[in-house]
Amino acid sequence: MKLTKHIFLLVAGLALAACTDAGRFGANGSGAGGAGAGGANGAIVPGSANDPTSTAYFNQTVGDRVLFAVDESTISETGRTTLEGQAQWLLANTDFTAVIEGHADEQGTREYNVALGARRANAVREYLISRGVAGNRLTTVSYGKERPLEICSNEACYAKNRRAVTVLAGGLSS
Amino acid sequence: MKLQVFILAILVTLTGLHASSAVAQGNGPLRIEITEGVIEPLPFALPIFEAETPNSQAYAQQISQVIAEDLKGTGLFREIAPSAFISNVSSFAAPIQYADWKAINAQALITGAVAVQGNQLNVKFRLYDVFSGAEMGDGLQFTGTPEGWRRMAHKVADAVYSRITGEGGYFDSRVVYVSEAGPKDARQKRLAIMDYDGANVQYLTDSSAIVLAPRFSPDGRRVLYTSYETGFPRIYVLDVGSVQRRAVETQTGTMSFAPRFAPDGQTIVFSLSEGGNTDIYAMNINGGSVARLTSAPSIETAPSFSPDGSQIVFESDRSGSQQLYVMPSRGGEARRISFGPGRYGTPVWSPRGDLVAFTKQNAGRFHIGVMRLDGSEERLLTASFLDEGPTWAPNGRVIMFSRETQGAQGRSTLYSVDITGRNLRPVRTPEGGSDPSWSPLQK
Repeated sequence: MKLTKHIFLLVAGLALAACTDAGRFGANGSGAGGAGAGGANGAIVPGSANDPTSTAYFNQTVGDRVLFAVDESTISETGRTTLEGQAQWLLANTDFTAVIEGHADEQGTREYNVALGARRANAVREYLISRGVAGNRLTTVSYGKERPLEICSNEACYAKNRRAVTVLAGGLSS
Repeated sequence: MKLQVFILAILVTLTGLHASSAVAQGNGPLRIEITEGVIEPLPFALPIFEAETPNSQAYAQQISQVIAEDLKGTGLFREIAPSAFISNVSSFAAPIQYADWKAINAQALITGAVAVQGNQLNVKFRLYDVFSGAEMGDGLQFTGTPEGWRRMAHKVADAVYSRITGEGGYFDSRVVYVSEAGPKDARQKRLAIMDYDGANVQYLTDSSAIVLAPRFSPDGRRVLYTSYETGFPRIYVLDVGSVQRRAVETQTGTMSFAPRFAPDGQTIVFSLSEGGNTDIYAMNINGGSVARLTSAPSIETAPSFSPDGSQIVFESDRSGSQQLYVMPSRGGEARRISFGPGRYGTPVWSPRGDLVAFTKQNAGRFHIGVMRLDGSEERLLTASFLDEGPTWAPNGRVIMFSRETQGAQGRSTLYSVDITGRNLRPVRTPEGGSDPSWSPLQK
């Protein structure tokens, strides 16, 4: 239950800030990690985007999300590349679990979109499992059309909202 | 007096057999056929009710106003301004000067009286058919508490509406909905309940978690809804009186949503997503075994019971796109009922059993529509950027739904519309609103 709460907070944070807060699950969690770009002069700042074991690295460099076509849950070519990276990363960083959030754009009825988001999240989960990630590390949740990232009402925004985001959790023990 | 009532009753019965004109004209009896699509609202006069006790003046004023608002709000009635009145009704008991009301073309006259005694409020009214020169039905009296004055006004208006249209009333009813604040990407949602006309709003949850699609129990005392308070969509049941809620136990490791009561008030149906697949299940609200009603690799959701509890209408994309289907309430073979262009979702069975209301998406627009249960006589009532989630008034003649406007400033508002497609109007709420569910008529 406690874990769930953490996940939820992280999810909320991601939705609002598009993941600039690397500190939360980074080692030590000092303010320095929050700088994101960090690591000038080649030094790896733990938890920053150039620490390959950090969530920031996963979110920004590996890529935490895949996008979908209208009313589809098929993983695209680009999506597969991203998920290959996610699978590699998860296999290398076994302390982490992940919640895969499925989302839909606003062009659909509310409950159908919850079901559609569930389909998308599951498609990502199945793909990661097929690449060797243990299923018990991967939970899914659907937000339907309730948490769009972009708020314009045209395809430019809709395309970014039809997404499945792999949200890392449980990296605190490292 | 008694004879007149009797004669009038016969006349009303007789006209019921004809396909009568929309509004009774001339000397015909007072009658509105709602299904005909009323063009000309029926004019009524409503002199402010008599205050029978010194402290009932304000109640008399407010009750008269709410009755008039209820009737006007239907689009079927038009109020004649009191400034046009020739005679006034000085006393509830005084004889009616029909000629004076006829002269200003008032077809219906509503008189009443209000008295407050201690913590008791009495409201009496009479309805007159001016052109027939007779009272329509017997006078009625309602008794309640002063705080309940709005309900008593709604009850008077329901009686007037019922006598003139021959339909059940719907004013003494409530609506549970999702109150919405904030921009689209950080929208705050909480459950709210209000009178059908937007009065007496009360919040049932805080906005710390997303809540979706509340539905009343058949007795209007409980509400089923979906909340993300654990981080995952789960079903909750809330007691309206105590505002206490509890999670309904469903399978762990799954997402459950779209819960609805069966007419028995005990069985619920809902959607459960597992491994990306969403199907419809049924269970007793107090727990116990879960029965799976659909088993398809497609999305099955948004179930709604027939009023007799024997069938369920739901949506499925098993054909490749969202369409409406009807199946026995214990599951089994489903027959598709929607065949027009576009996608159909959120079916809701009319409380009269004759129609299903739905959301339709076609060519980039959203519509609220109705069709018969065999899919015939499809009628689209609205069109906009995003209309969805119809709910039926207790009499099955009016539909409420939510409309979201386009773009970054988009906001969701509740609207109501007649099943004829007429009288589209916003329902005023303090914040934005979505996912309305209309209660049955209150007892």
